Amino acid sequence: MGQFTPTPHDPDARGHFGPWGGRFVPEALIAAVDELAAEYDKARLDPEFVNEFKRLLRDFAGRPSLLTEAPKFAEHAGTRVWLKREDLNHTGSHKINNVLGQALLTKRMGKKRVIAETGAGQHGVATATACALLGLDCVVYMGEVDTERQALNVARMRLLGAEVIPVKSGSRTLKDAINEALRDWVTNVDETHYLLGTAAGPHPFPLLVRDFHRVIGIEAREQILEKAGRLPDAVVACVGGGSNAIGIFHGFIDDADVRLVGVEPGGSGLDSGSHGATLTAGTPGSLHGAMSYVMQDEDGQITEAHSISAGLDYPGVGPEHSHLKDIGRAEYFPVTDAEAMEAFALLSRTEGIIPAIESSHALAGALKLGPSLGPDGLLVVNLSGRGDKDMDTAVKYFGLADGGQA
Amino acid sequence: MSTLSDVFAAAKAESRAALIGYLPAGFPTVDGSKEYLRSMVEAGCDLVEVGLPFSDPVMDGPTIQAAAEQARSAGFRVRDLFDVVASVADAGGRAVVMTYWNPVLRYGVDAFARDLAAAGGLGIITPDLVPDEAGDWMAASAAYGLDRTFLVAPSSTEERIAMTARASSGFLYATAVMGVTGARDVVSSAAPELVARVREHTALPVGVGLGVRSGAQAAEIAGFADGVIVGSAFVSAVAEGDAAVRALAADLAQGVRSGVAATV
Repeated sequence: MGQFTPTPHDPDARGHFGPWGGRFVPEALIAAVDELAAEYDKARLDPEFVNEFKRLLRDFAGRPSLLTEAPKFAEHAGTRVWLKREDLNHTGSHKINNVLGQALLTKRMGKKRVIAETGAGQHGVATATACALLGLDCVVYMGEVDTERQALNVARMRLLGAEVIPVKSGSRTLKDAINEALRDWVTNVDETHYLLGTAAGPHPFPLLVRDFHRVIGIEAREQILEKAGRLPDAVVACVGGGSNAIGIFHGFIDDADVRLVGVEPGGSGLDSGSHGATLTAGTPGSLHGAMSYVMQDEDGQITEAHSISAGLDYPGVGPEHSHLKDIGRAEYFPVTDAEAMEAFALLSRTEGIIPAIESSHALAGALKLGPSLGPDGLLVVNLSGRGDKDMDTAVKYFGLADGGQA
Repeated sequence: MSTLSDVFAAAKAESRAALIGYLPAGFPTVDGSKEYLRSMVEAGCDLVEVGLPFSDPVMDGPTIQAAAEQARSAGFRVRDLFDVVASVADAGGRAVVMTYWNPVLRYGVDAFARDLAAAGGLGIITPDLVPDEAGDWMAASAAYGLDRTFLVAPSSTEERIAMTARASSGFLYATAVMGVTGARDVVSSAAPELVARVREHTALPVGVGLGVRSGAQAAEIAGFADGVIVGSAFVSAVAEGDAAVRALAADLAQGVRSGVAATV
């Protein structure tokens, strides 16, 4: 099956996955999302577009990414573990798949300006990279708090030619960066594409972001069959907005015996109230253009998420995950900051791979899941990004600068 | 009880546009918002839009964002909204609510409609709810006799304008510019064209908002629209106190009366 082949799991024409998704946006943006949906419907069936996308994935991003067995890490999980190495992609994470796809769509629509939001900076850097490659103007909105936490990524984006605008409204983090990007979009929509970084937002974003990341699951399924001779018992991925998870899940969604497991940021623990476990602890609501589970108070005010991983620090989640949770096809549970950081150190030490803290949540999930599968069990973990960007956090967390040891 | 159609019919009978003023409930405090809204009514607003301060106001510029944040940090709760609406109705004013959709979803669409109607509110303006997603609201508004004001924008297609007009009642809200709320110096040239396009599809009154702050601008818009909607300018006036709020309302009320006679 091709990456862009329509599936029985696609949303309806207005973007609904069951009761989730849709379009909760100002009327002023409807023309733009309609245009985007129409362009994507044409592009996904156009061999020229599909081939150009595949060429960029191969020759620029470095795909296919490896599938690596992690036997020493697996000893701690009590089951066999394979890692889908999205960390080896150019720019260091899965994000490059989506930005290359949407940047190509931007060119097809004849638009010259791209805007994006970013939390930790991974999506911002990936977007700035794609815009540099394809000759598009790029503006990245980033919460002021995050520009301070991720100063190096701000510098990367500027080096790549992007303008980075610190967002000073609201909680000055990712959700406010999205609000500001939406305000820019509604003002400049004629010449601007909003390159949304996760499988959330109004239709068609959840569909097209998912499809650009389906390559992860398609590769992983072929690779595990070739290397292990069978399908895994479960596929494990971290879920913030949920783009890397939905991308790898879709490779296995029709394999009923393969469990799809999403691991959410549990922060300081669900009881603390300081977390980002939207699917585990959220309630239905509309945020940033779609119906999904959201973190909100009893008045419907969106609450702030908390995670040691800036990339998972989001009070919403992609609507297809809400659907997969409701129909029972996927399961979701949280791990805490401490569990994620333990897995971060463990993979570094046992396998010589420093994972992103986002991906470390998936690894911590594998450590929890593994014992129930036993030594003959088989897990595929999506290693969605590399940890270089997280060294500041690690230095502080483990006291590495003071001779500390993770 | 009066309805939104009466508001526009009364203005039309005087060959003028209606003046519609916006203020968030709870800004600067719950009691403060009641007083300022009463002043707006007394000084000439035919209708007030009571805003529901929301954490993620994607259609609002800095002025209204800051007001919403101030209201929330002063302790605003959704139940206060109905108090504020009731106080407008008690003072003889007419009120609709302008709200992002998530707080209504959370409250329960039917319960929200029920409590708004009980408080004397006439309807809801929904900046991030398009008719395509409004099934529950269509049912609840019909059940409680509330009006539905959806928005149209310069980017709306003819088909969407027609569909949005069919789904609306009371009046349609035409956004004068592609952009967010906030006072601007000049009236957008897109506004008259949009209103003309809307009139091809509906006899509903059309209110024009986004960027209006002076009597002169109100007069200009009154020349082609049935209602002039002013938000950020009232929010800014609150910082200067009650006299400024009344003076702004009076200036705008003068403006809607000096427009080239209301059309249609």
